[in-house]
Amino acid sequence: MISFEGLYLIYLISAICFIMAIRGLATPQTARLGNNVGMFGMGLSVLVTLLVLPTHNDLGILSAVFLAALIGIVWANKVKMTELPQMIALLNGVGGLSSVLVALAQILHENTYSLDASVGVVIGAIAFSGSIVAFLKLKGNLKHARFYLSNAFNIVLLLGLCFVWGMFGVYDHVRDAYLLMILAIALGIGLTLPIGGADMPIVISVLNALSGFAASAIGFALVNVALIIAGALVGASGTILAIVMTKAMNRNIIQVFLKALEKGDNVDKQEKTARRGSPEDAAFLMENANKVIIVPGFGMAAAGAQYALQNMAKILEEKYHVEVKFAIHPVAGRMPGHMNVLLAEAKVDYGKVFAMEEINPDFETADVAYVVGANDITNPTAQSDQSSPLYGMPILEVSKAKTVFFVKRSLDAGYSGAENPLFFADNTLMLYGDAKKITEEIVKKLV
Amino acid sequence: MSLLFLITIFILSCFIGYFVVQGVTPALHSPLMSVSNAISGIVIIGALTMAAMADKFSLEELLSLFAVFFASLNIFGGFVVSKRMLELFKKKDEK
Repeated sequence: MISFEGLYLIYLISAICFIMAIRGLATPQTARLGNNVGMFGMGLSVLVTLLVLPTHNDLGILSAVFLAALIGIVWANKVKMTELPQMIALLNGVGGLSSVLVALAQILHENTYSLDASVGVVIGAIAFSGSIVAFLKLKGNLKHARFYLSNAFNIVLLLGLCFVWGMFGVYDHVRDAYLLMILAIALGIGLTLPIGGADMPIVISVLNALSGFAASAIGFALVNVALIIAGALVGASGTILAIVMTKAMNRNIIQVFLKALEKGDNVDKQEKTARRGSPEDAAFLMENANKVIIVPGFGMAAAGAQYALQNMAKILEEKYHVEVKFAIHPVAGRMPGHMNVLLAEAKVDYGKVFAMEEINPDFETADVAYVVGANDITNPTAQSDQSSPLYGMPILEVSKAKTVFFVKRSLDAGYSGAENPLFFADNTLMLYGDAKKITEEIVKKLV
Repeated sequence: MSLLFLITIFILSCFIGYFVVQGVTPALHSPLMSVSNAISGIVIIGALTMAAMADKFSLEELLSLFAVFFASLNIFGGFVVSKRMLELFKKKDEK
């Protein structure tokens, strides 16, 4: 039997493993080792806890773990890489939910009010319901659900929540814990419901952070340092990602949650014509280019065009000796780093995939910028037009390339509502259609 | 352990988290999220503790068992999907 001090030592080792797991993600080479170290740390602390604690329901615990393992492993292996944001959103929710359940069990067991456990209930419940809403939005089930009253609604909910929390603390009726949970669930829904697609990377990051801090709160309630440390790591990680994303969109957290992006009013109605290109034009210009930069956005993920893009890049490099690079904006896609995973899935060498700051100086010397299903992240009004809703947002400077191809379904404005003047620029050619089909047609011309 | 001690641990851990995550390359931000999903599954320790303390067939026990299930889902789902993503970032000659 391991002593209580021994147990804490084990938890310390696990905490170090978790830190190393995140540290490993500094480079792709060390990341896999880091992930294994993280698994080791988790397995160690769970096994030792199971051995030390006298349980009277080993069967129940083991069946819960095995069932979850089965579902989790199958799910993780089956999920399509384009659907990763949905999975991450659900996992955030599941993390929040387990914190709520543990906190409720703790309150019921002690049969009294506990500040720490209540924090766990509230944060966990917000993470849970918010993630479910985010999941449904990412799946496209809630596309048109916009709840314009939600700010007033949320303020009422928040006041109600504070009131119930106060009652719980003063009168110590355990049933108030349920009410607290229900109000927090409603608040989570109210906060996430009005948020639109392009803000999803920020929302997922915030929910990620909340699921971590909920675990920390449980750690306080149960006096368990493993939970406090691990929860804080996750909380810090989600917070930083949220900060990176908001900076990359020139928004702040308050704007994201309190008001959806206002539609730009600078769309002047005068007739402008965009020049239409063909896959033949694109193939011709690219095979004669020295340098081509491919800029993927959510449209690439939606169309599943990453394999076709890699195919095109490979032919350009091998047959025509063109230098091909990929440029990723921090908020391209629906979650942080999503484009990188999709390109990696299509076997694009990560040495050719560059972040915004690294690649921007390259556009000046590029012959062709091939923009696939991206819009706002290339919009030059973000730099030049103070009335643009995008003003101040860092962009990929594709307009500096000699020729810009936009693969898009239409000339519609992006999520921000700002019209993209690049569509009408002299050096821009539009390729209308599905990102995958257009790219495949270009490949046919190149072969 | 005093509350002050726990707060100390919490705040220092936030700092460690902050600096470690700052070092993560943006290309791996997706696996970062799934790894942190898995790590937040550490709540399972709390769930196991509650399951051990709860009376047999009580509501607390039921809640704890469900918590064990959901936390395990996070652990397995999170680590396995991270592993799958990270396999994609292998260089060709590493295979």
